[in-house]
Amino acid sequence: MRLGELFLGYAKIGLLGFGGVAAIARHVIVEERKWLSERDYAEVLGLGQVLPGPNVGNAAVMIGRRFHGFAGAVTATAGLYSGPLAILVLLAVFYDHFGQEPGVASFMRGVAAAAAGMVIGMAVKMADKLRPPIELIGVGLLSLVAGAWLRLPLPLIVLILAPLGIWLSLRRHAA
Amino acid sequence: MILQLFLTFSLLSLLAIGGANAVLPEMYRQIVEIHGWMEAATFAQLFALAQAAPGPNILAASVMGWRIAGPSGLAAATLGMLLPAAILAWCVAGVTQRLSRAPWLKPAQFGLVPVAIGLIAASGVIMAEAAGTGPLPWIIILGSAAFVWRTAFSPLWALAAGGVLGWILL
Repeated sequence: MRLGELFLGYAKIGLLGFGGVAAIARHVIVEERKWLSERDYAEVLGLGQVLPGPNVGNAAVMIGRRFHGFAGAVTATAGLYSGPLAILVLLAVFYDHFGQEPGVASFMRGVAAAAAGMVIGMAVKMADKLRPPIELIGVGLLSLVAGAWLRLPLPLIVLILAPLGIWLSLRRHAA
Repeated sequence: MILQLFLTFSLLSLLAIGGANAVLPEMYRQIVEIHGWMEAATFAQLFALAQAAPGPNILAASVMGWRIAGPSGLAAATLGMLLPAAILAWCVAGVTQRLSRAPWLKPAQFGLVPVAIGLIAASGVIMAEAAGTGPLPWIIILGSAAFVWRTAFSPLWALAAGGVLGWILL
């Protein structure tokens, strides 16, 4: 993979990432361009999730570095953020005109609903393809419940469940 | 002012374990309550705008920097939000590359995967609760989830279909 392809791939992820970039990032990296396997990508994303900052942004730094070192990390990051940043500034400038139109508002409500389903579908798909052992499924369900219904602070969830997940996974590996 | 913006967002960057939504309350406290850089309503509008626009939601920080201090505020907030996290990710990537022969690395990393998937699913559920204002939004949510799970097509088709359905029926 060349630097240019890395930039274009990440530019696509950024520009098409409506309602969050997680689902489109996985689609482009694993399914469309096949840069990484489902499992490799999940491992990079897992690390990106527990580090501070956006998970896909952290993954961009790590994937960029893996293929092209420093230039790759900078290229992937620039690709991911530059397009959306430009659009966001334009939207902010014209905000008073945008969003007030009733047609735009109901379109955006439909997009918001589809984006929610897209994120859930992506999580189910990853779990379905990776087939983690039962105790790790338990850790995943605990994170889901803690984040979605108990609404615990995310850093606290990560602090407790990341070591638990690592410990269970290492134990399974040793067995 | 610009330096203060940069430092404030750098601090937020390091607190953002779990992404932009994790740091939202602290971002609000810093920008609205401590520094008084904008009104609460403006903060909410700008965050909603960043959610509606394409790209990572963390870019809410950039648009707030822009509103506070124009182009240099945008640059300070964006760099503040991205640099510390990116530097940390760079260092961790280096450590994992150096340890890539270690037999325990892959299984240890795989232990983080369920946490990531669980938290991604949780953010989807939270988004669904906000978006599911009636039967039609729930049909769109479930249809979109099934589409992304069961097909290899781009998830954008689900977004486009959701938008058109919303436009016609909502």
